Amino acid sequence: MAIFGVPLQAMFGQLLLGLVNGSFYAMLSLGLAVIFGLLNIINFTHGAVYMMGAYAAYILMTVLGIGYWPALVLAPLAVGIFGMVIERTMLRWLYKLDHLYGFLLTFGLTLVLEGLFRSVYGVSGQPYPVPDLLRGATDVGFMTLPNYRAWIVVASLSVCLITWYVIERTKLGAYLRAGTENPQLVQAFGINVPLMVTLTYGFGVALAAFAGVLAAPVIQVNPLMGSNLIIVVFAVVVIGGMGSILGSILTGLGLGIVEGLTKVYYPEASSTVVFVIMAIVLMVRPAGLFGREK
Amino acid sequence: MGTVDALDTSRHAELLRVANLHAFYGESHILHGIDFVVNRGEVVTLLGRNGAGRTTTLRAILGLTGTRAGSILINGRETIGMATHEIAHLGVGYCPEERGIFASLSAEENLLLPPAVASGGMSVDEIYTMFPNLRERRSSPGMRLSGGEQQMLAIARILRTGAKLLLLDEISEGLAPVIVQTLGRVIRTLKERGYTIVIVEQNFRFAAPLADRHYVIEHGRIVEAVTMAELDKKMHKLHVLLGI
Ligand SMILES: Nc1ncnc2c1ncn2[C@@H]1O[C@H](COP(=O)(O)OP(=O)(O)OP(=O)(O)O)[C@@H](O)[C@H]1O
Ligand SMILES: [Mg+2]
Repeated sequence: MAIFGVPLQAMFGQLLLGLVNGSFYAMLSLGLAVIFGLLNIINFTHGAVYMMGAYAAYILMTVLGIGYWPALVLAPLAVGIFGMVIERTMLRWLYKLDHLYGFLLTFGLTLVLEGLFRSVYGVSGQPYPVPDLLRGATDVGFMTLPNYRAWIVVASLSVCLITWYVIERTKLGAYLRAGTENPQLVQAFGINVPLMVTLTYGFGVALAAFAGVLAAPVIQVNPLMGSNLIIVVFAVVVIGGMGSILGSILTGLGLGIVEGLTKVYYPEASSTVVFVIMAIVLMVRPAGLFGREK
Repeated sequence: MGTVDALDTSRHAELLRVANLHAFYGESHILHGIDFVVNRGEVVTLLGRNGAGRTTTLRAILGLTGTRAGSILINGRETIGMATHEIAHLGVGYCPEERGIFASLSAEENLLLPPAVASGGMSVDEIYTMFPNLRERRSSPGMRLSGGEQQMLAIARILRTGAKLLLLDEISEGLAPVIVQTLGRVIRTLKERGYTIVIVEQNFRFAAPLADRHYVIEHGRIVEAVTMAELDKKMHKLHVLLGI
């Protein structure tokens, strides 16, 4: 069977790949949206901390013999703490200034971090094994589903949904939403906003690192893996509109799928389709699909 | 419910003492040595013309301006070096001039947002009895509320927290006369319950009957203090100062 001349198997395969990529876009743009909302900072280091998540898992395994499952928790924790140190020592001074300053600082930091990892690990990349539990593939009738890729989608969607729930439906999330609107007033009510800002940044960074650990077994762990991804993620953020939690999740997933389908039907355009959509969205709805027009 | 601070052990007669308070926004020096005192259970107003520095005074008490200097004692504790959230936990509730209702939160989320800063806050039921409109509108998004509802919500949400010193900025501004009357009743009720209240007001007619004392601010300084008893005698002077 085939749809528009493409065999179903191949089509589902690309759809799944699109969904996997979309999961990464969703996790990264979610973190960017949460950070931008509260800190007013366009966190360009997001790609670098994603890369650091993957390296943290790699180092945990090669140096300490700690495997994938503990790394899934430990690596984001370690990188998240690193993020909090950055926030406390550097970003803190920029909140009152224009977005551009935060963007430049985090851009510079990215170059430093990538340079550091490149000087230690080179550019060729290190392999990271798929955990035993998730080796192989499952026959689900219409296609054979690689277990690890299915896990990536499940794990990242769960994390995104939990994040969405906490932000939109809990008291903690209410503080965060209120702090995004008017941090001074939230602090005047007695909430330690500077601490909340640090933890939020740490969380956004940890989310990127978590994505990095998830990615480690399917790509070569390498110093530039973040840079390659972050450009697309920024386009995703522009399309979805800064500031909407659900918007960034849905846009991330949707664009991953669109990319996957483009690979099936018009492969030449698959690496540019996101940017074409970005250009169209910017013309029609400059604040993004889910953003609020000012 | 008895007086709100019946259990307070470290009671000072002066709940708030501001002395030689200077405050800046960036380079601009806005407050030039403000001095005033608010005793426990009093209602005190800060009057003045537009731009006199009344809002800035309230914000400086909470550490929301730029640099500030001088002394601000709350219940006997020096707060000039404290962070904003620490000051709130001394039992201070703030209702900002722009009301500060969070648009992305429902009315009830707005009401429940401020954490408790002291014991003895009003229950949600008591608050809904005091402001019946808010009960009806509890699930509406903050931005859908009318101006009057937003103002009531902005006051209501600091009554839940146990704060005993309330800083209210221009609560009558831009509201229909019947809502202004309601707010006047609310202030009286709160005073009876032992709250200590500082109101910044433009509407002298609203503030005059509520307050024990008035301070007039001009160019970042207190230029006149008037007690209730002196009100008639100093009325002319007040009219001149306030341009009314
Ligand atoms: N964020 C700010 N940055 C710089 N200057 C400010 C800021 N806020 C207020 N000012 C200035 O400080 C002075 C006092 O303002 P403030 O808001 O305290 O006045 P006010 O007495 O509350 O009057 P009103 O509310 O009627 O405007 C004004 O000259 C105002 O322009
Ligand atoms: Mg004012």
